[in-house]
Amino acid sequence: MDANNGPEAETVLRLTGITKRFGPLVANDAISLTLKRGEVIALLGENGAGKTTLMNILFGHYTADEGDIEVFGRTLPPGDPHAALAAGIGMVHQHFTLADQMTVLENIVLGTRPLWSFNLGKSAAREKIRRLAADYGLEVDPDRMITELSVGERQRVEILKALYREARILILDEPTAVLTPMETEALFATLAKLVAAGLSVIFISHKLGEVQSVSDRVVVLRGGKLAGERRTSEATRRELAELMVGGQLPVNEIGPASPGDCLFELKGVSTRSMGGAALKQISMQLRGGEITGLAGISGNGQAALAALISGTLEAIEGDILVHGEKVERWSPGAALERGLGRIPEDRHATGMIGDMSVAENVISEAYRSPRFSRFGFLDWKAAAAFANDIIKAYDVKCPSPEARVRLLSGGNMQKLILGRALDGDPDIILASQPTRGLDVGAVAYVHARLIEARDRGAAVLLISEDLDEIQTLSDRILVIHRGQLSKPSLRGELSVMELGELMAGHGHDEGASHAA
Amino acid sequence: MNEALEILFTASFWVAAIRIASPLIFATMGELICERAGVLNLGIEGIMVAGAFSGWFTVYMGGDLWTGVFVAALTGAMFGLLHGFLTVPLGLSQHVTGIGITLLASSLTYFTYRILLPEVSSPPKIEPFQPFAVPVLSDIPVLGPALFNQTPLTYLAYFTVAAVAFVFYRTPVGVAVRAVGENPSAVEAQGISVTAVRIGAVMVGSALMAIGGAFLTMSAFNSFFFEMINGRGWIAIALVVFGSWRPGKALIGAILFAAFDAYQVRLQQITGGVIPYQIFLMMPFVLSIVALVVVARRATYPKALMIPYQKGER
Repeated sequence: MDANNGPEAETVLRLTGITKRFGPLVANDAISLTLKRGEVIALLGENGAGKTTLMNILFGHYTADEGDIEVFGRTLPPGDPHAALAAGIGMVHQHFTLADQMTVLENIVLGTRPLWSFNLGKSAAREKIRRLAADYGLEVDPDRMITELSVGERQRVEILKALYREARILILDEPTAVLTPMETEALFATLAKLVAAGLSVIFISHKLGEVQSVSDRVVVLRGGKLAGERRTSEATRRELAELMVGGQLPVNEIGPASPGDCLFELKGVSTRSMGGAALKQISMQLRGGEITGLAGISGNGQAALAALISGTLEAIEGDILVHGEKVERWSPGAALERGLGRIPEDRHATGMIGDMSVAENVISEAYRSPRFSRFGFLDWKAAAAFANDIIKAYDVKCPSPEARVRLLSGGNMQKLILGRALDGDPDIILASQPTRGLDVGAVAYVHARLIEARDRGAAVLLISEDLDEIQTLSDRILVIHRGQLSKPSLRGELSVMELGELMAGHGHDEGASHAA
Repeated sequence: MNEALEILFTASFWVAAIRIASPLIFATMGELICERAGVLNLGIEGIMVAGAFSGWFTVYMGGDLWTGVFVAALTGAMFGLLHGFLTVPLGLSQHVTGIGITLLASSLTYFTYRILLPEVSSPPKIEPFQPFAVPVLSDIPVLGPALFNQTPLTYLAYFTVAAVAFVFYRTPVGVAVRAVGENPSAVEAQGISVTAVRIGAVMVGSALMAIGGAFLTMSAFNSFFFEMINGRGWIAIALVVFGSWRPGKALIGAILFAAFDAYQVRLQQITGGVIPYQIFLMMPFVLSIVALVVVARRATYPKALMIPYQKGER
C-alpha cells in the first residue's frame, strides 16, 4: 500500500495539539498527527491510551479542550458529527451503530437525504450500494434486515455507510476484534482497494501483527500522550510493543508440560443450544498439569461447553467424569464443591455484580461456607479480609473492599475474578476468554497465573477466540466447529492457517469428535 | 342465537364500531409514534383529557370546529414537549414521568374547567361535527355507510394511519424515527440529533392523542364530562403492542376492539338482562387481553424503547 503516499502526497488531515480532559484525567495531551492521501496509519495503544477519545474528537462526538482539526485544508468546527461527515470523515465504530430491525439500505441512507423530503430514493440508493459493494469487495444484500447478518457482514454495512457518503477518510476502531481470520483477510483486501482508490485510513488497534501487515505508518499513544511515530517498514515488533507499554514487554516463560492424571472428562456429551451451536456427542479429557486450548469461531458451541462445565447447562446424553468418577448430578454447586475454578466469559454479565461491593463479589461463590458465615449470618470481617488478600496478592487497584465493582477497570475486575477462582487451588480451571478487552500488562498477568496453576498440577481449559493466545498457552489444542471437536494437536504442531482451516470446518470429518 | 349473529350484518352496528374506533385510532397512532421513537408515553390518558377539553372549549367560546381541533393538537404537543424534555435530555424514568403527565394533565383540565365554568350544573353543549356522506362510496351496502358516512374527524383518522405508514416506511424522517427507537447511536453517527428526533416524535404523537380526546367532545358527543376518556388511553397502549408497533395492524386492532365494544352493547339488549350487564362491559377488555397473549408474544419491540440516550456514553 505504499503506492501513492510519498512525501509529495497531499495531506488530507492534520490534528494539531489536541487536548481533552475528563475532570482530572487528561485523556489526550497535545496530540498532533497528519494523514496523507492514500495512506493507512495505525493508531496503536493499550486500552485507555486515548485512541478512541482522539477519534471521537475527530468525529465530533466530543469537543476538544484545545487544538485544531484541519480536513482537506479547512478547519473542522468542533463537536459537530454532521460537519465531520460532510468533510468526508467516515467512522466504523467498534460497537456497531446499526438499527437491527431495519434493512441494510435504510441504515445506509439514514441521514443522507434532507429529513423533510417525501422520497427515500430507494432504487438509486440500491444501485449505488451494489456498485460500491462490487468495487470494494463488500458484498451484502441491501434489502436484508440487519438481524439476519453475520458480524462480518454488519461491519461491511458500516463501511458501506461511510463510502455511501463519499467518505475520503475512513476511521476503523478495533475492526478485527470481532472477525475470524478469514474475515480479517477480506477486510484487509477491502482496505487495499480503498487506498488504491485514493482514500486514507486510520486503523485503531492494539494487535501488533495486524498493525504491521496493514499500515504504512504507526502512531503510538500511551497514557494520552504521543509516544512515538514510525514508518511500519522501519519498525520492529518489539520496538512498537515497547513504545506501547512504555518499557519492557512482560514475557511469560512457559516450560514443557508434565501431564498427570485425567481430572475431568466428557464422554459423548450432547447438550441443547445456548445461543450458538449445541454440543454433539463430544468427548474430551482435561489432564492435570496441562493447558488445553479450545479454539473456534464464536458461536460454534463454546458457550454451551463453558455452561456445561460450570453446571448451568445440562447434558442430554453422555457422561461427566471427575477424577475418573462418574458424576450423577452436575450443577453449579456441585462444580464448585468438586473444585472447579471458573473464569466466566463475560465478566460484567456473569462474572461480577457491578453494583455490589468487592467483598460481596469475592464471597459470592462461597458465602455459605463456614469460612464466611456462622449460623446463617455473614461474617463481614472474614469477607473483607479475603477481599484484602486478593487485592494484595493479585495487585488489584481498588480503593477498598467496600468499593463497588462497577468502578474498577476491566483488568482489575478480571484480577478479582482470577483471585476468586484460584482461591483454594482448584484442580480444574475453566477460563473462558480470560483476557478479552484487557491491555498487554493485564494479559501477561492473567497468563502467568494460568501457567502457574498448570505448573502446580491443575487441569486448565482455555477457551479463546484469540488464536495467538491459544497458541502461546496451550499444551494441547482442540478446535470446535458446529458443536464438534477436532482431533487434539500438540503445541506447535499446526500453523495458524491450518488451525484457521479447522475453525472453518475443514477436516472435521464425522466421528473426529471422539478422538480427544 | 341467530339474532346475535344478525347484528354483525347491520349497517348501524358497523357505523357505531367505526365511531368508537376513531378516537382509539388517533390515540394508538400517537402512542405508536412515541414508542417507535423509543419513548413510552403513559401521559396518553391525561393528554386525551386535555385535548377533549381544550378542543371543546375553543368551540364553546365561539371558535371554529377545526380551530378547536388545532387547539387540542397544540395542547397535546405542549404536554408532549414536557414529557419529551423530562425523558429525553434529562433521561428520567419514562414510566414515572408518563404517569405524572397523566395526573397533571387531567387534574389541570378539571381545575381549568371549574375555574372557567364555575356556574354550570349540566354540561354546556356545542354544535359538533356532523356526519358527511362521501358520494358513491357511502352507497356500498353495509360497509359504505359504516366507513363513509362518518364525521370529518373519522376521515382524518383514516388519513392519519396512511400518513404514519407512509412517513415511517417511505420518507427519510420516518427512517430516522424508527432508527432512533432501535439504536440511537446509529442516528447520532449519521449526524442527526437524537434529542430532536425523539422530542419531535413525542410532540407529534401527543398531538394525535389529544385529537383523539377531542373526537369525543366534538364528534361523538357535544359536551365535556369528567372521566369521559375512561381508560381509552390505556387501551391504546395495549393496541400498540397488539399491532406489533405497525400502523396497519394497530388500525385493525382498534377496529376489532371497537367492534367488540359496539357488539356487547347490542348483545345486552337482546339477552334482556338474563346475564349481568357487567359481563358484557368486561368483554372487550377480556378479549383484548386474550388477543395480546396470542398475538403480541412474538412481537419484536423497538430495541431502544424506554432506554434514555446520553450523548458520548457507551
